Amino acid sequence: MIYVKDANLNQGWKDVTEGGTILQGGTSMEVNTGDWRIMIPGWVEENCKHCFLCFPVCADSSIIVKDGKREDFDFGHCKGCGVCYKVCPFNAITFEKEDK
Amino acid sequence: MAIRERLSGNEAVAVAFKQIDLDVMAAYPITPSTEVPQYFSQFVADGHVKTEFVAVESEHSAMSACIAAAACGGRAATATSACGLALMWELLYVASGTRVPVTLAVINRALSAPININNDHSDSMGARDSGWIQIYSENNQEAYDNQIMSVRIAEHKDVMLPVMICQDGFITSHAIENIELLEDEKVAAFTGSYQPEWSLLSGNPVSVGPLDIPQFYFEHAYQRARAMIDSKKVILDVFEEFGKLTGREYGLFEEYKMEDAERAIVVLNSSAGTAKHVCNELRAKGEKVGVLKLRVFRPFPTEEIAKALSHVKAVAVMDKAECFSALGGPVFADVRTACYDLEKRPQIINYIYGLGGRDVKPDDFLTVYNALDEIVKTGHTGEVYRHVGVRGV
Repeated sequence: MIYVKDANLNQGWKDVTEGGTILQGGTSMEVNTGDWRIMIPGWVEENCKHCFLCFPVCADSSIIVKDGKREDFDFGHCKGCGVCYKVCPFNAITFEKEDK
Repeated sequence: MAIRERLSGNEAVAVAFKQIDLDVMAAYPITPSTEVPQYFSQFVADGHVKTEFVAVESEHSAMSACIAAAACGGRAATATSACGLALMWELLYVASGTRVPVTLAVINRALSAPININNDHSDSMGARDSGWIQIYSENNQEAYDNQIMSVRIAEHKDVMLPVMICQDGFITSHAIENIELLEDEKVAAFTGSYQPEWSLLSGNPVSVGPLDIPQFYFEHAYQRARAMIDSKKVILDVFEEFGKLTGREYGLFEEYKMEDAERAIVVLNSSAGTAKHVCNELRAKGEKVGVLKLRVFRPFPTEEIAKALSHVKAVAVMDKAECFSALGGPVFADVRTACYDLEKRPQIINYIYGLGGRDVKPDDFLTVYNALDEIVKTGHTGEVYRHVGVRGV
């Protein structure tokens, strides 16, 4: 089996899966796609009521929830779409241009 | 004992799909292929097969559903013609690029416009570079045999490419002819069951059809090109095994009276029968003429064609499709390319014929053989890109 985590530019045509099929799950965790971001959300912990309106709307599952509490963003995968900022009624999420 | 029957080409293909016992058929009706899913849906309704029949809303969806079913490890097939095949276009490339062994019955019909429901090869010839294996059928028997063999070819681990089996709309799809069918259990034993190396239903997570960035796309394209090259051996192996089972022996092409032929016609699908008839008449007068009937067009049997034509003085390649290249038809372009490396090349001309259901008669082939005779006698090839049967030319 050829796995995506082993993908590298030394692989010839015999070493890549037919059709590019990915023969394992969860591989997006291994790929940092957060660097596409232009805008960035911020978590204002003191305003957060842990109401959980934000995490279900995140298209990239980048709002981490653990033990009944939300944690900070997974900036490795957040694309900066701002939907979480729109749904938050408590000013617990900021949204501004990211300085790179 | 084989079963003697009389079936139309469409019904023969539907029976082949029944005996293969497809997991999924997803189809949308279009003349003249409509009867294939029509007959097959009756088999489903009567409980003769366990197939999931998906009545989709378009050919685009038909091929999408087949690709998805194949990615789930199922045997999936569909049938179409003309504009239906054109609407599948995007998915034809997806099927071959995803390397799923979908099989397809193409009942050849002219493409619009102007709209025409009759036979020519403009539909499948347009799809010749989509990464599909293409096998053409002279009659209902070949269509049935090819369709049964298609799953074995497509699913072979060295191939994993989709296969389309073509036959002429109305001419063979609707004409009822005698046919020898295999018993159900023999087809079941020959086709076995599809054993995919991966599947969306296997329990292990799999992602199919992901984004392929410039660092990897080229390698995948090369894999597909290699699979097409390697498929030739698999095709011949499957033909041989089928021949032992049925006594019907098939090759990449059929050489009809070609041993000592000085003039040859290259043709595929139903018109090969008419060409053979004219060939017989001229042979009876002592003329050294032959017919090379192409069966496997993709992969193109380059070396084999060149060898078969190496001793011939003049060749006419028949194309039942215009490809508007100003160079000639698609079969001609490939046959002439195949002959380029021969030390002693035959003189080769192209005839476009029979477009949009224009009747192809023995006289048309007589015209072609006579033109070849003129070339042999004078040594001048003359006009290469010719038409027969069109008024005013």
